[in-house]
Order: sequence, then structure tokens, then C-alpha cells
Amino acid sequence: MSYWKANVSAFVGAIILSFCWLLFSPTPRAFAIPAFARKYALRCSACHEAWPKLNNFGQVFKDNGYQLGNDRDAPIDQQPSYWPVSFRITPQWHRENNNRMAVDHTPGDAASGLTEANVTASGFDLSGLDLWTAGTLSKNISFLVLPSADASGNFHFEAAWVRFDNLLGSRWLNLKVGKHELDTPISEKRFLTLTASGGFFQLYHFTATSDINSFGGIGDNQLGVELMGHSRNSYTRYAVSLLSSNNGDVDLPTNQTYDFYANVNQAFEFHDLGLQRVGGYVYRGESPTFFLTSGGAPIPGTGRGNRPFYRAGAYGIWYIHKLDFSTLYMHGKDNVFLGTGTPANQPMALPPGAQAPTWNGGFVETHYTWSPQLTLVARYEAIRVSRQAFPIGTPLPNGVPLTPDFGNTDAAVLGYRWYPIMTSRAGLAWHQEFARVRIRGAAPLTGQDETTSSFLMGFDFAF
Amino acid sequence: MWTERSIEHEKASRARVGRLRPQAFRLPVLAILAAILPATLPSAVCFAQQTRIGNVTGSLKRGKELYRRYCVGCHGVLGNGQGENAPYLDPRPRDFTAGVFKCRSTDTGHIPTDMDLYETLGRGLHASAMPSWFPLTRQQRIDLIAYVKTFSPRFHEEKPEPVVPVPPEPPASPESLNRGLEIFKKMECAKCHGLSGRGDGPSASTLTDSKDRPIVPYDFTTGERFKCGQTNQDLYRIFMTGLDGTPMPSYLKDLKPDQAWDLVHYLRTLQMNYENSANNGAVKTSPARQPGRSIRNALRAVSGSK
Repeated sequence: MSYWKANVSAFVGAIILSFCWLLFSPTPRAFAIPAFARKYALRCSACHEAWPKLNNFGQVFKDNGYQLGNDRDAPIDQQPSYWPVSFRITPQWHRENNNRMAVDHTPGDAASGLTEANVTASGFDLSGLDLWTAGTLSKNISFLVLPSADASGNFHFEAAWVRFDNLLGSRWLNLKVGKHELDTPISEKRFLTLTASGGFFQLYHFTATSDINSFGGIGDNQLGVELMGHSRNSYTRYAVSLLSSNNGDVDLPTNQTYDFYANVNQAFEFHDLGLQRVGGYVYRGESPTFFLTSGGAPIPGTGRGNRPFYRAGAYGIWYIHKLDFSTLYMHGKDNVFLGTGTPANQPMALPPGAQAPTWNGGFVETHYTWSPQLTLVARYEAIRVSRQAFPIGTPLPNGVPLTPDFGNTDAAVLGYRWYPIMTSRAGLAWHQEFARVRIRGAAPLTGQDETTSSFLMGFDFAF
Repeated sequence: MWTERSIEHEKASRARVGRLRPQAFRLPVLAILAAILPATLPSAVCFAQQTRIGNVTGSLKRGKELYRRYCVGCHGVLGNGQGENAPYLDPRPRDFTAGVFKCRSTDTGHIPTDMDLYETLGRGLHASAMPSWFPLTRQQRIDLIAYVKTFSPRFHEEKPEPVVPVPPEPPASPESLNRGLEIFKKMECAKCHGLSGRGDGPSASTLTDSKDRPIVPYDFTTGERFKCGQTNQDLYRIFMTGLDGTPMPSYLKDLKPDQAWDLVHYLRTLQMNYENSANNGAVKTSPARQPGRSIRNALRAVSGSK
């Protein structure tokens, strides 16, 4: 072996071994919201199964209003230089595919007519940026502000709330006011998938075709008040919210009614397998079917003809040591006026045979947490429309007759997150994920199944 | 046993290695060592006695994984309290390798029982960075204790005994408070804790822990909870067993149980927040509720008599 070859092989060997060392290193270091990590000197893995997914310790910390209860929670106990701000962004390479996108026959020539084409795009990209600040304003007064930018730098307020903790000295009374994440059964804000197809639960945002319900789904942050309570270890939890019926959008864009949301759950230990949790939830809201207009244009905030809808279901989170399964069932129903897009002040406009659309859905998401530094994730989701808003056979806008399975959705996600280099001040995750979604009859022209898929690999980091 | 053939084989191997430039293998060897050593060090001390609380037995394997998830940032991979956060913490994280623990039910100088560690883990350490790990499952906490015990050979060599008994608490009375005050003076508690219990005694500024780091005495006037609990039984236990690793000694040989209870009753009167804390949810459910009332009644009687 020549001297040069020996050096090269030594270098390659060192790289491989260093990689292995990083992967299997016994000294994982990680934080999810590094602002908390810096404040409390706890690793991200203390609160997160694999960040950003919470474990029960993190759930208790969150339920306590970002307090540990060891008399060092108030900001006055922190170093004056402490500034509770974190950044999260994901430089990435991703590939997006849609197998039946409507495109012009001749690009640029609208008169050439539409056809369906398999369209793929790929390249380096950037996610949005979360500027996250949260903590305590005083003992038992917590806050969170999350200005969030999309990839172009346009900001909006993803969340902003203040919370009064342990009212009357009871952990069963905590009042939150502002724009906040609903106390969802399985959080969409802290899950482990990021792609355009797999970066949200289809079920949380599903509405039937032609539906004009302005509600974006229980996965969206909402504006209102939340009363929640929990036992000392958060094995027993409840949350009820009273929310403006505006899907969390500012400036009162839709109407003057209020929605209601409730979630209760109970955890229990089963032998040495881990913590199991079961619960149920319901969201009951209203959405306008028409607006006052000015010159024919809707006036924001003047929604009228509100009609109800609801989502309800049950869920379970099951642990078998390092393997866990999150399972959820949901039943959804929208009022017939919402489902058919008919203004409630024109009841005669309802199509003959129209019905309130209903659907059932569920998902199973499984994680294998190899270590706090490596976790594998897989998810399968299915949504089945049990009752279409329009009679079966009604021609759709593309001329294809409506079928019973129109809109049925199947989604699958597979991925892993590896946290190779993390310090006590920041966290970095290498993320790879593939997601595929198939929607029955959704092809815009032919009414065939539409399939979208996403592949993403990138560095998800938080500081 | 080395045979002729194996010796020859070894010589030949060395000759082959010798022909390579040193730079050719130094880096991989170092990398291998770097990869293997950290993994082997903790496992080298995994020989501690079985950990069992009630009908639950701790698992070393799971405990090691949990330790790396929850504890390593402060206590370090080797359990020596040298985690990455240690320089920023006051008080510093516990050095498990020394096998010295503050919160025990055993006499001073002895290792704690499994239950002592279990309770400390679930309770957390007040006014420190150590939170309550009560949100972990019972099994997880016991697994963690099983692993923490592997850091010190003391858990293999010694037994957690003798356990200091805590007799039933007698009711507080004006007389017991006065006796407690006399004991407070006689035992020279004020040297560290100050006459009013503010932790400002003449020796306070000179105190150091077993690692020679400055340590401050407990300030009774601001505290509602102690490092090792919040009930009267906990307070009794603290000064009868001492807080090992700190200047707080054990008074087991100096005080009789009745005297110790008198001192507990007196020390509670130094806690301005005690009445409030006795009214909060945490204390309401504790066994100390009734004695707490009796102390307040006694205190009112003392105040009224003055």
C-alpha cells in the first residue's frame, strides 16, 4: 500500500468512525426550544421524546405554564442577560410530485385547452422561520409569542397568548387568553413530519368537496380563551376552549359567533411498557354561509347565515418500551348549507337531495425511538366520506359524476430524524421523509385519483 | 496460553503493522478508541445491588437510557456531576460517584435507601435546578435509581442502614416551642442559620460543602419547603440524619426524639410562610397537617401570653 493510499484510507476510516461515534455516542445533547433549555438547564430530550414531540415530562412542564415548580420559575430568578428567544428553520432539499395537475396543452396559451400532466419539481429550499419566545412573566403567569415567517419572509402571528396558571392555588384551573394551539389529542405542532404532503394531519383539516366551511381544522391555532386543568403528573387532563369562529385569523374576518372545543384524557401505566393514554375530544362550531356585500364584494367580518359543524372522536397513545403508537379516530359533519356551498338565505337554492356531508377517519402513527438522538416515524391515515353533500351521480364541475368514494383520502409517511450534533444551547436534526397522499376522484379533469408525493431531506435546527 | 504458533503469528502481525507509516493507522485507532471508550466506561461500573421498590424491580439497561435522556446534561455521562450545564448551576449537580447524598433516612455517613432516592427523584430538590421527576412512570424512576447506583461502588459494598426512625409527632404546645428555642440555642444552630433563621449566622459566609465550594445555610424565613421534603417528619429527619456533603451535621446522638420534635416545632415558627404553605394544596394532603395546626395554635398561645 502506498503512503498516499494509506493516508486516504486512514482519513476515510476516521470519517466513518467519527460518523459512527456521532450516531452511537453515549453523550447525546439536545434542546428543542433552546430558550427553555438555557433557562432550566435541561436537555431537549428531557421534555421531548424526540423534539419537537413531547414526552410526559414535557407535557407536565407545558401544563404547568412552562414552570418546573422548583422555585426558580419567575424571570426574577434568572440571570439578567437571559433572553428567552429561539429560532427554528429548516434548510432543505425537497421533491414534490403531482400525478394529475391541470396544465395548458401549450404552455402560455390559455386557449390551447387543459390537460392533466404529471408534474415534478425539486431543488434546494428553505422552510419558514419560527421566532419563538415563551416562558413566565411572573410566577404563575406564562406567555408565548410566536411570530412566524413563510419562506418569503412574510410574517404572521402563529400564536400569542398569556396564561394565568394555578388559579385559586389549583392546578385544575389555568386560563389562557389569545391565539393558541388547541389542546389537540395528538399535536400537529409537535410532530415529526415536515413535508408538503406529510407535514400535517389530513384528518385535522379535512372538509368535503364544495364545502364553504371557513374552519381550517383542529390543527389550526385558534383565537379565544382556554380553561385547562391537570393532575400533578398530568395523567388526568382536561381542556375546554371558547373561540371566535374565525379560524384563528385576526381582524374578525368572518362572523360574530363562537366555537367550542373540549378534550379530556387519562393516562395510566401498564406494567413496564410505559405510559398509555386514552381520551376523547369534540369541536362544535359555526361558519357563515354568506356575507354582506358592497358592490357585490363581501365585507370582512359580516358573515351571516351561520350554520353548524362538528368534529368529534377518540384517541389512544400506546407505548411498548421504545415503540409507540398514536391512534386517532374522528367523525366529522358539516351542515348541508356549508357542505353544498349554499347561502342560508337562499334555502330554495339547495340542490334536490342535498345532505349534510359526513365522514370518518383515523390514523396510526408509530415511532421507534432508538435513542434521544434517533427516531423513526411512520404514519398511515385514511378518511372515508360516509355521506356526500350532493346525490350520487350529480355531475361535478369537471363533468364527472359524483361517486360515493369521491374525496376518500389515503396518506402515508415514512421518515426518520437524527440529532447528530446538539449542544446545551441549540439543536440540530437531520431529517429525511417521504410522504404520499391519494385522493379518490380528485383529478381536476378526468376525475381519476390524484396522487401527490413529497420527499424531503434537510437540517432542522433550533437555537 | 501463548503457543509457538500464536507468538509467531503475533510477531508477523506486528511486522506487518510496522511496515505501515505510523500516520496510516494512528487516526483510525484513535477514532476507534474515541468511539468505544465512552461507551464502555459507564458499563464498567454496572455491578450494583438490585434495586427494588415494592413489587417493581429496576432495570439497569432502561435506567441507562433514561439517564442519558434526562440526567446526563447536569450529572454527566460518568455521573460525576460534570455535565455540560454544571458550570452554570448553583448548587452544582450531585456527584454520584462519591455515593454521598443529602436526603436520606439512614444515619450520617451511610448510603441512602432505594426509597430515599426514589422520593428525592419524585420530589425534586427545592431551590436547585433539580426538578421533580414525578411525571415519569414509577417503573422509569426505579430504573433510573438502579442506574444511578452503579456510579458508586458504595452501593455494592455497603448496606443502607441503619435507618433513623421517625417516632410519632407529639402535639405542639407553648412549652414545646420554648424547649425548642432552648435546643436551638444549645445546639448552636444560630451560628449558621442566624438567630432569626435567615441563614445569616456568623459562620454562614465561611461554609463550604464536601467539594470545597461555598454553600449557604437554609433561610427559614423565606422557605416553604426544604431540600429534602416539606413535612414535619421530613424536617425531623433532616437534622437527625444530617445533610451529608454539607456542613449540616446529624444530631441523632445529641437529641432525644422528644427534643427533636420540640426543635421541629420551634423551627416552624421561623417560617413566615409556613401558615400559608400549610394552607396550600400540597401540605393539605400531607401527614403534617394536624401538627402544623397545633404549632400555629401553640404559637398563637405564645404570642398571646407575651
